[in-house]
Amino acid sequence: MEFLSNLVNGISLGSVYAVIALGYTMVYGIARMLNFAHGDIIMVGGYICFISMTSLGLPVLVSILAAVVVCTILGITIERVAYKPLRSAPSLAVLITAIGVSYLLQNLALLIWGSDPKSFTSVVGFEPLRLFDGKLVITSETLVTIIASAIIMVVLTLFVNRTKVGHAMLAVSEDKGAAQLMGINVNATISLTFAIGSALAAVAGVLLCSAQPSLLPTTGAMPGIKAFVAAVFGGIGSIPGAMIGGVLLGVIEIMSKYYISAQISDAIVFAVLIVVLLVRPAGILGKQTREKV
Amino acid sequence: MNLKNLGRTARRNLVTYSMVIAAYIIIQVLAAMDLLSNSLSGQLIPICAYVIMAVSLNLTVGVLGELSLGHAGFMSVGAFSSAFFSVAVGDALPTPVTLVLAFAIGMIAAGVFGVLIGIPVLRLQGDYLAIVTLAFGEIIKNLLNAFYIGVDSTGFHVSMKDATALKMDETGRIIIKGAQGITGVNRMSTFTIGFVLVVLTLIIVLNLIKSRTGRAIMSIRDNRIAAESVGINVTKYKLIAFTVSAALAGLAGSLYAHSLATVVAKKFDYNTSILILVFVVVGGMGNIRGSVIAAAVLTVLPELLRSFADYRMLVYAIVLILMMLFKQSPQIKNFCRGIGERLRLGSLFHRRKAENSSSGKEG
Repeated sequence: MEFLSNLVNGISLGSVYAVIALGYTMVYGIARMLNFAHGDIIMVGGYICFISMTSLGLPVLVSILAAVVVCTILGITIERVAYKPLRSAPSLAVLITAIGVSYLLQNLALLIWGSDPKSFTSVVGFEPLRLFDGKLVITSETLVTIIASAIIMVVLTLFVNRTKVGHAMLAVSEDKGAAQLMGINVNATISLTFAIGSALAAVAGVLLCSAQPSLLPTTGAMPGIKAFVAAVFGGIGSIPGAMIGGVLLGVIEIMSKYYISAQISDAIVFAVLIVVLLVRPAGILGKQTREKV
Repeated sequence: MNLKNLGRTARRNLVTYSMVIAAYIIIQVLAAMDLLSNSLSGQLIPICAYVIMAVSLNLTVGVLGELSLGHAGFMSVGAFSSAFFSVAVGDALPTPVTLVLAFAIGMIAAGVFGVLIGIPVLRLQGDYLAIVTLAFGEIIKNLLNAFYIGVDSTGFHVSMKDATALKMDETGRIIIKGAQGITGVNRMSTFTIGFVLVVLTLIIVLNLIKSRTGRAIMSIRDNRIAAESVGINVTKYKLIAFTVSAALAGLAGSLYAHSLATVVAKKFDYNTSILILVFVVVGGMGNIRGSVIAAAVLTVLPELLRSFADYRMLVYAIVLILMMLFKQSPQIKNFCRGIGERLRLGSLFHRRKAENSSSGKEG
């Protein structure tokens, strides 16, 4: 029963990672860049939702919507201002810029909201689910997180594979030049990708803060990095890969926390990354690419 | 000595060395005249450590062209291994011997970790190295936070749980105490030692860059495929640069650890790695002298401007973004050039002069 409860918690944490990893993997697939600021957009989403619920007293759903809208605008702005001018620059320069943006967001949050943790009130409020005569208790947050993440994944997969805009995104990630020749607006597609990724990050922020109620300017950094590990694990650039990688990583983290040591569970998660890169650099579902000269 | 007979690189390096030596002499004179404020004289050893960190990271970022986000992890390895050694030895050896051995151990330990991380990772390209070094820094911090080691009459006891799990007899003393780190480190580091190590680092790095090995490393940065096709062993040279960089970070860590009473793992976190990266980017990637200046100035500046301290990281973040945009973006570069040309509009003289000087160089 212990094992089952850990498994459920692992899947719940993992599905948050998966939602964040989707943002990473889509942006990587299309813009060929590692958006380090993605984790900090989660944090912004959490704060916006928190502010609208407590200071403005808005209902939960409106607050979540506000977080999604603000993060979407933020994501598009960041792409326009910081990343777009560097599209042809070496990847080192883009990476350093992304780190700069990540730091900028963290420190702005520190100035605006202060360094003391805010206690986030959970956005879901129904009774926990009790199974097997109360031996297995699943909290409402866990349940909502899993369901919400599953819906997001299904909708996103349908969007990418079934709509015209989704096909445009696939085309741009395949070959930017050819996509442009086929009449696809590459810039708009890239902006759209950042918008979707940031909106997902906002949702992930709300879910994450509901499960772990203390909100800090650095809240998003660690889940962001772990979600990136998940994206690499599943094969960066691949949408189903990000989902599988995220869930697996969440389960690994909770299991090692419980069965090995709580203190070194993060070390184990990162060790997984190094092992994956050694054994299969392209990840579980990634395409093995061959370099052309 | 006739300066004109020296090559351009040699002259440039000479300027760097003399700059460091001059700074050392000026500070010693100021200290002798009692003109240094307390906060500044407390910063002298950290400045030396950060200068070494910046120079060594520049070897990876600027010369090799790979991003390392776990440089503080190597510093941490150096700090812990050297402090562990000097605490374990205690007064058994004369102080200078302990110091030299501790620093050597810190350097070697970090270098070994550099090889261990480098072998698997350097086969991968670009972004992956950044993320794996980041992961490595976090792993080191995590493990050290949970690491206990003590010594008693029967020898060393190691545990990853807590102090009681060490099961030592009554003569035992704990050397590394998990998140509380190492306490009671002999504060042997002095500014002079720091200065000597900075000069040593500069000698190592500047000579490496100038050597055949250094040119091979830079050729990998500029065009990996071309370098490979002329027979350069890419992995080998990448590994050399990465290991030297890690070992020097370990040296900086040893220096820093012996200026503190307590060494804790959380001092060497991701933020420290980013801080060092800011030094390198502000000083100019690949520019060693720039790293020295940037590390020294950016460490002293927040001390002098107390009110600036709150905005320090915010300003650094903006500087990082702007530096990249202005140096790398073709649109912004053209825009700036356009403004520059408009300012000089009509002065054909300038253009002709420029043409003359450039053709003069060719001839």
